[in-house]
Amino acid sequence: MTPAALQLDDRGRLRHLLTTEGLPAALLTEILDTAAQFVPVAGAPVKKVPLLRGRTVLNLFFEASTRTRTTFELAAKRLSADVLNIDAQTSSTSKGETLFDMQRTLEAMQVDMFVIRHGSSGAAHFFARHAAPGVSILNAGDGRHAHPTQALLDMYTLRLHRPDFSGLRVAIVGDLLHSRVARSDIHALRTLGCRDIRVIAPRTLMPAGIEELGVTPFTDMDRGLDGVDVVMLLRLQRERMRGTLLASPGEFHRAYGLTEERLRALGPDALIMHPGPINRGVELSGDIAYAPQSLILQQVEHGIAIRMAVMAMIIGRGETE
Amino acid sequence: MSRAIRIRDARAADGAGEYQRLSLGIRDGRIVHAAPEPPAGEWDHDIDAGGLLLLPGWIELAARLREPGATRKADIASELAAAAAGGITTLCVPPDTDPVIDRPSVVDWIRTRVASSGSPVAVHLLGAATAGLAGAELAEMRALAAAGVSGIGQIGAPLRDAAVMRRVLEYAASFGLRLHVQPVDAALAADGCAHEGAVATRMGLPPVPVAAETCAIGQWLALIEDTGAAVHFGRLSSARGARMIADARREGLPVSADVALHQLLLTDEALDGFDTRARLDPPLRAPSDRDALRAALADGSLPALCCDHQPHEADAKNEAFDLAAPGASGLDIAWGVALQLVADGVCDLPALVRACHDAPLACLGLAAQGLAEGARADCVLIDPEARPPVDPQSFRSRGRNTPLGGRATGGSVVLSVAGGVLAHEALDGHRMRR
Repeated sequence: MTPAALQLDDRGRLRHLLTTEGLPAALLTEILDTAAQFVPVAGAPVKKVPLLRGRTVLNLFFEASTRTRTTFELAAKRLSADVLNIDAQTSSTSKGETLFDMQRTLEAMQVDMFVIRHGSSGAAHFFARHAAPGVSILNAGDGRHAHPTQALLDMYTLRLHRPDFSGLRVAIVGDLLHSRVARSDIHALRTLGCRDIRVIAPRTLMPAGIEELGVTPFTDMDRGLDGVDVVMLLRLQRERMRGTLLASPGEFHRAYGLTEERLRALGPDALIMHPGPINRGVELSGDIAYAPQSLILQQVEHGIAIRMAVMAMIIGRGETE
Repeated sequence: MSRAIRIRDARAADGAGEYQRLSLGIRDGRIVHAAPEPPAGEWDHDIDAGGLLLLPGWIELAARLREPGATRKADIASELAAAAAGGITTLCVPPDTDPVIDRPSVVDWIRTRVASSGSPVAVHLLGAATAGLAGAELAEMRALAAAGVSGIGQIGAPLRDAAVMRRVLEYAASFGLRLHVQPVDAALAADGCAHEGAVATRMGLPPVPVAAETCAIGQWLALIEDTGAAVHFGRLSSARGARMIADARREGLPVSADVALHQLLLTDEALDGFDTRARLDPPLRAPSDRDALRAALADGSLPALCCDHQPHEADAKNEAFDLAAPGASGLDIAWGVALQLVADGVCDLPALVRACHDAPLACLGLAAQGLAEGARADCVLIDPEARPPVDPQSFRSRGRNTPLGGRATGGSVVLSVAGGVLAHEALDGHRMRR
């Protein structure tokens, strides 16, 4: 079963969240609308609602991540769930336990939701396929495949500024080859009606056949940026800046970085996004991260509300509904 | 034990053509009579084959039996039973057992295990080209040749560089051994697990470009032109690879090649849902590759067809896609699935028989004799009316891992005769008099 089919229950509601691919527009919009209700919670003096009281959420991270794990942890805690964190890099799989056995063991601890990050594409799908009834999987990033909550918070943030996606021109720039964020953003943007999506990267970082996802590839940054309303920059891993994918961070910046000059050419209404953490002087220069057109800090802020919304929709529903 | 067997009134085909009515007499491991009229005389087994299809036995070029070294996956006895059930009467084992087949003692050990299995299926072995298959130092090929290996193979680890590749060719040729390779450039394949294209991109799977295959073929062809040594290219996966082999054969280079059955039936769309049964090496490729491979098989420019049998225990496939073990179990369904290619119009029956009998024998240095008098008695009877879909749970192989479950078959094997001995028999009771 495809991830798109596996993540919905027989009534079309969210059972797991694995990918934005194939997520119906109505459901995607419902997640964004639900997140809007949680944004005030984050700003309130008492930052808790009791929706997940008595529920247990387990963060199972096979890849290092402090920021993303923290936002999932905060989201679960603000919904009053009990939260466990397992740093699986140093845990049992390194002792030879299979994913399958690990999942059985942890399910035996009566966990309601696994938040999973794993280096293998399809790992969240693997967990979802084997999940016991009543146990849900939330994909926090699997290999190069998907990072759906990042895409949802990107859509949420973008929608606040550009409510209608139908005439929007969006450029996604950087390491498309390895980026799960790019794939999830592309699916979400298309589902919400965006028809002009460009992807900009050197050929070494451009995966084959990406145009079949409904995007237009460019190797020339300036041609790709011509006329766009939104620039989504992708994080470039430090180990990929030098070697056989790229010559140097400086050359990447000159060829594909968002410079002051390129920002000026885009005009004052263009919006800048980046999933963080940023590499200054690589994906973007100087203080562009904090320029008026930048939505980068808003993205971080909305990450918690989006994750609260997804958790609430999956395991916060009353059983009598 | 070799018995006298009479097979009466079958429809038949071998590499030379189709026969509306053929009867065989088999004695002492040989075909002693091949004509429309049944032979006279006394027979231990007398088989009425009216309405059945008589074909030569399938000669499998790449069957992992998993013994020695991985008996959690399969063993010699289980896999030879699977071969017999699938209509395979001879098979060839690549050298990547554990320990690898890089010295006569391993050859002898496997032969002993084959003998004690009691199976009449003939087993050929490929010796390792390099010690431990490590890719650096030549294995003792003269000793392996003397122990009776049918060729030399380098599987798994790449040969260190082009100089080692050339010396392996020269050294193997010195002892009359053909080199079998699975063409892959290790650096280009890297950690890839899916065909480079839209499917891998959508699923975020690390890609294996077609050039991983064609760069390796090109490098080998240059060395073959230099040395004149014979090479068999196993498991082609791409249209461009098939074209390179066709061109080389047209130019008269001593080159043969095979393609695995699943490459003719599936494309990378089978990976949908991260289905680890479709995790194969080389990966399933694009529809245009599948179609070109089918055409090359039909016109004979890609001469051989194989199962690329790689049985696994369930746990090996119960993993995230890139972590799952590559390979599929195929012996049980060899003829059944391949005959569907004829039903689908991919090739005619004699062409199919040439691809899975004549050509593989030639790759092993043996002459194909088909269903003619004097030939080794390797043949199968197919019930063309019994066409159950592929059911992995019914496999004799201990490996149930196949991406072909539920696929249509073009018939069922009801009798396998290997070297004149009944290897598998599932005939309706009335058909055989003992």
